Amino acid sequence: MNLAAQDIRHNLARFGLTACGIGLLLMIVLGMGGIYRGLVYEATLLVDRVNADLWVVQRNTRGPFAEVSSVPANVENRVLAVPGVASSRRFVYWTLQREVAGRPLRLAIQGLVWPYDNGAWLPLAAGHPLGQAHYEMVADRSLGLQLGERVKLGKDFYTVVGVTHGMTSASGDGMAFFSLPDAQAIQFDEPGEAIRLQRNTRVAQMQAQDIGQQQPALLTRVSGLTANLPALLPPTVSAVLVKLSPGADAQAVINTIQGWPDLTVYTSDQQRDLLVHGFVDRSRRQLGLFRAILVVVSTIIMTLILYTLTLDKTHDIAMLKLMGARNRVIVGLILQQALLLGAIGYGLAALLGHWLFPLFPRRVVITTPDFWLLAVVVAGIAVFASLLGIWKAMRISPNTVLS
Amino acid sequence: MNTAANPSTPALEAIGLTKIYGSGNTEVVAMNDVSLRVERGEVIALLGPSGAGKTTLLTALGLINPPTAGRITMGGEPVMDGSRALVNLAAFRRKHIGFVFQKANLIPFLNAGQNVQVALEINDVRPRQARQRALELMEYLGVADRASHLPDALSGGQQQRVAVARALANEPSLILADEPTAALDGHRGRQVMELFRKVAHERGAGVIVVTHDHRALDVFDRVVEMEDGRLKSTPTNGLNTKTQERKTT
Repeated sequence: MNLAAQDIRHNLARFGLTACGIGLLLMIVLGMGGIYRGLVYEATLLVDRVNADLWVVQRNTRGPFAEVSSVPANVENRVLAVPGVASSRRFVYWTLQREVAGRPLRLAIQGLVWPYDNGAWLPLAAGHPLGQAHYEMVADRSLGLQLGERVKLGKDFYTVVGVTHGMTSASGDGMAFFSLPDAQAIQFDEPGEAIRLQRNTRVAQMQAQDIGQQQPALLTRVSGLTANLPALLPPTVSAVLVKLSPGADAQAVINTIQGWPDLTVYTSDQQRDLLVHGFVDRSRRQLGLFRAILVVVSTIIMTLILYTLTLDKTHDIAMLKLMGARNRVIVGLILQQALLLGAIGYGLAALLGHWLFPLFPRRVVITTPDFWLLAVVVAGIAVFASLLGIWKAMRISPNTVLS
Repeated sequence: MNTAANPSTPALEAIGLTKIYGSGNTEVVAMNDVSLRVERGEVIALLGPSGAGKTTLLTALGLINPPTAGRITMGGEPVMDGSRALVNLAAFRRKHIGFVFQKANLIPFLNAGQNVQVALEINDVRPRQARQRALELMEYLGVADRASHLPDALSGGQQQRVAVARALANEPSLILADEPTAALDGHRGRQVMELFRKVAHERGAGVIVVTHDHRALDVFDRVVEMEDGRLKSTPTNGLNTKTQERKTT
């Protein structure tokens, strides 16, 4: 006869509610780990998906995900001339927030170098990659945009032609993919009044100089389109992505590009490390601490519950002792209840997590080793939590029956 | 019967039992030089006013509250010498002593049958045999039909019968009962007392019953009385004679 099981059957509602409470706590413990893994996954998602060997960024910066990186667009061509480079492409990435249909829409925008890159590598859930150079976009499902929906960004409308699944930025914002010129048009969009003021400023500056006085045609030129001014470079990009030729010496390519004083090069692994150890590190430590506190709280709660359950059975334990029950019978009663409580709590945590985590606004990634680790932790908590109850039970005298 | 020694040896022999609580100015002598011999099959009533030391004597004999001085022998086997245990007390209680109290003290999360069964399983009887034996005992005590009921669902008398069945489960050589009928009405109280006599006579166990119920004293083979920690007398009263007469007829 299993005394622990009989006791639980007798106090099923109480035990069930307790197990539910423990289960919810353990679900949060499990979720904390999952949120951290989700952060890492999201942070490195783009680096993993764009399939570049090298990231060429502004000198002494850590790349577009860590800080503002701005490199001239023509670096794409400079890099292509380096022996060992198979291809290079511009990379534009930034986050914007607009109001669409009366609700805030936060987008992480990436520009695709059409027609070499139309986003065929994106994990599409519906629709198709970009089919033309302008006015199309591929949006992640988390943005809530529908296939065929038209969204006004800057001065133009963009039609959603594809919907991806699970493409989020390091900060958890849904990603949207445009052709690179469209992305830059959105990025550098300015109100007409601002453009007019810029042009007037340029004209005024030109008039203040001798050359402006001597060559009035220049005044006409500076009052025109910014893109037509030969003295100004085209808009910069965030980085240039490099794909190496098969068998190419990566270090040699890096050394060559690093030799240029305006650029820094990272391998994909380095870019990944920068994200994980820089961008996610504080979150990791924060979540880790919170998780540790939750484990301690769970342990304390389980300890108190088991201690209370033991106190409730003081008289019964005394009776068992009076009948000559060995210590292992008493220890077994408490320990089995602790382990059962832990096991039910663990099962509930896993079940509830399975249902609830996908509903969280940010990705929660739970791996099989996480489940195993939690099982071991819960077993440890259960054993530890039962110690106080066991200690109390061992101190109960058979004489207590008479009181 | 679960007795290791010669059946002719007494179920219990206690010599010079003394129990002193505290020391110096706070010293209280709860039991003073008490000697008692209980034969197998003998049912003894232990009387006395509150504070006389009855429960102290009973707990000392039950090996749950060791005496300060004196010796206890059970079934011919020395068990206590002063406060020093000569055997594993828990194991000895498990095999040789049964307890019944004023309250039945049934374990509330076990049904009546399981309350008896657990005493057997504690003594290493296999669960199936323990279940069978528990049912037999409950049949013997007339509560077999209540075996699957939780203690809450039993009357006071039924609970006490289950407690007696539990006390008998391992066929002890000594049964100690502390006011087992205090919570019962006169009729049911007498039934329980007669049950002790039946058990003692049929199974050869020595039985000591602490009681205040003078109406059922005729059930006992012997009545002993305690006062101020001492056994006042060990009379062989008329009731005992009646018992002897019943035995001879």
